[in-house]
Amino acid sequence: MSLPASLRAVIVDDEELARQLLREYLWEAGGVEVVGECGDGFDAVKAIGELKPDLVFLDVQMPKLDGFEVLELIEPSTGPPPSVIFVTAYDQYAMRAFEANAVDYLLKPFRLDRFKKALDRARERMRARLGETKAAPEMTPSDLAAAARPPGHAVERIVVRDGSKVHIIPIAKLDYVEAQDDYAALHSERKSYLKQQTIATLETQLDPRRFVRIHRSYIVNLERIARIEPYAKDSRVAVLRDGTQLPVSRSGYAKLKELLGENA
Amino acid sequence: MHPLFRNKRWFAAYLALWLVLAAALAALLHLPGALEWHETMALAGPLCLFFAFVCLTPWYMCRQLPLWSAGIAEMLSYHLGAAVLATALWVALARVVASALALGVRLDPEIPHLIAVGLLLYLLSVALHYMALAAEESRQAVLYAREAELRALKAQINPHFLFNCLNSIAALTTSDPGRAREMCIRLADFLRSTLGLGERASVAWHEELDLAQAYLDVEQVRFGSRLQVQVQVDEACADCLVPPLVLQPLIENAVKHGIATLVDGGIIQVHSRVQDGLLEVSVENGFDPESPSPRRNGLGLRNVRTRLERRFGPSARLDAGAHENRFRAEFTVPCRRME
Repeated sequence: MSLPASLRAVIVDDEELARQLLREYLWEAGGVEVVGECGDGFDAVKAIGELKPDLVFLDVQMPKLDGFEVLELIEPSTGPPPSVIFVTAYDQYAMRAFEANAVDYLLKPFRLDRFKKALDRARERMRARLGETKAAPEMTPSDLAAAARPPGHAVERIVVRDGSKVHIIPIAKLDYVEAQDDYAALHSERKSYLKQQTIATLETQLDPRRFVRIHRSYIVNLERIARIEPYAKDSRVAVLRDGTQLPVSRSGYAKLKELLGENA
Repeated sequence: MHPLFRNKRWFAAYLALWLVLAAALAALLHLPGALEWHETMALAGPLCLFFAFVCLTPWYMCRQLPLWSAGIAEMLSYHLGAAVLATALWVALARVVASALALGVRLDPEIPHLIAVGLLLYLLSVALHYMALAAEESRQAVLYAREAELRALKAQINPHFLFNCLNSIAALTTSDPGRAREMCIRLADFLRSTLGLGERASVAWHEELDLAQAYLDVEQVRFGSRLQVQVQVDEACADCLVPPLVLQPLIENAVKHGIATLVDGGIIQVHSRVQDGLLEVSVENGFDPESPSPRRNGLGLRNVRTRLERRFGPSARLDAGAHENRFRAEFTVPCRRME
């Protein structure tokens, strides 16, 4: 198999002039067809999901969702994820971008030569991917994007995709998280949102002073706990303010005791 | 270490001063007539040399007990205690020297004089140290203020703003050379108007408005129809004096955290007027509370607040906050005009 003659690209930037420059460079470089343009994060998630482009040019700071959140929400199930080239005026995201497996990182303003190099790298990446056997499991884009969070920097909100809709859950409204195989069910205000992310990576993203992994399958918002009750020999349940009962493992109980004090 | 030890010439001058004091002490001791000149001089010399060093010690205590933070009673008791101790040592040394000179009881009538002079010299040294420390402090304060001002001004011109502008120009050069040129000129106008602001303590309000307008003109090219501006300015404000760059940061926030978060953009409303001798300014804009925003650390706002407070004291006020999806920043300062 070889690469298609023309790559399909989506441009995501909230500034019309910045999109225009990318269009012009793409036209001069040749071999890439622009199939979509988006001015905000929601649009980007939708367009990437529907158009399934080979290549995405992604700004970081945009209305609705930032570039990393967009990346997190790209549906991994169908086909290979698109190659992503970040395009931004800020250099401080470069590390995160490459950790999120970005092909390249272009700093505005940039030359046509530099742009062509980024395109070459994208083609190379795609070629390498074609040569690979499909068996090699790749990290999902959401896990990659999550891993790209600066360490020690807890998230302020979690974005979840539900079909073509995007839900934004502010951390303060997150009650608890339940592991469901490779997914995590996020419970917030009596609703539940399914996100394709393991509970382990989610745990690293949340502020450890506010969220505790009380069980192999559960992370709970400390503020929601009403009381801890004994359940059976050596096991306990956490009762939340809304009455929900969650199992607490022995090590989970030790963590809770440490955070809440002896009266837990 | 005492700052006098760090400068040889100052230290020499200080010792010379004590030489004079020693001569004066010798004369004082000679006055009643019980002691000969050579005896009083042999007594005063070592005494003053000893006290020259003792009188440097208040430096450490004065720094531990700053004038206005320590209680008066505590301060007095510490310094008086130290003065008594120093004087006791000074009298004891006088007795040792006297016995070496075999003065016998002829020293005894001079003891009250020695005690009085010792106490006075020590306490005088305490007072001088406090004065020196206060002078040093005010010099430092001026230095800090200047430094903070410069840092604030430097931080105002955000490099990412420049990079984004240059990117817009790069885009326009082929598609619309005329607008590219226009953008270059607007950017130059803005940069030129910020030049040299660091040296100026005050600018007239109309200059501040022009600067903000120059900034908005540049952003207008980047954001196009997404950015709309309404300015309503009372003519009476035009010559009120303010520190430079107090409005532009508020406008920049309105663009960065407001307009840039809105897909369809919005309006920035700038109002200013003079009411009862006060300059009242407000900047209001829409924003999307659901959009991620580049770190809202409020550095720009804090900078403006500090600078207004430093200039106008407690009569300056700056409030900022969001109501639903509108953000409003307003400040009030006395309107001072050029004499």
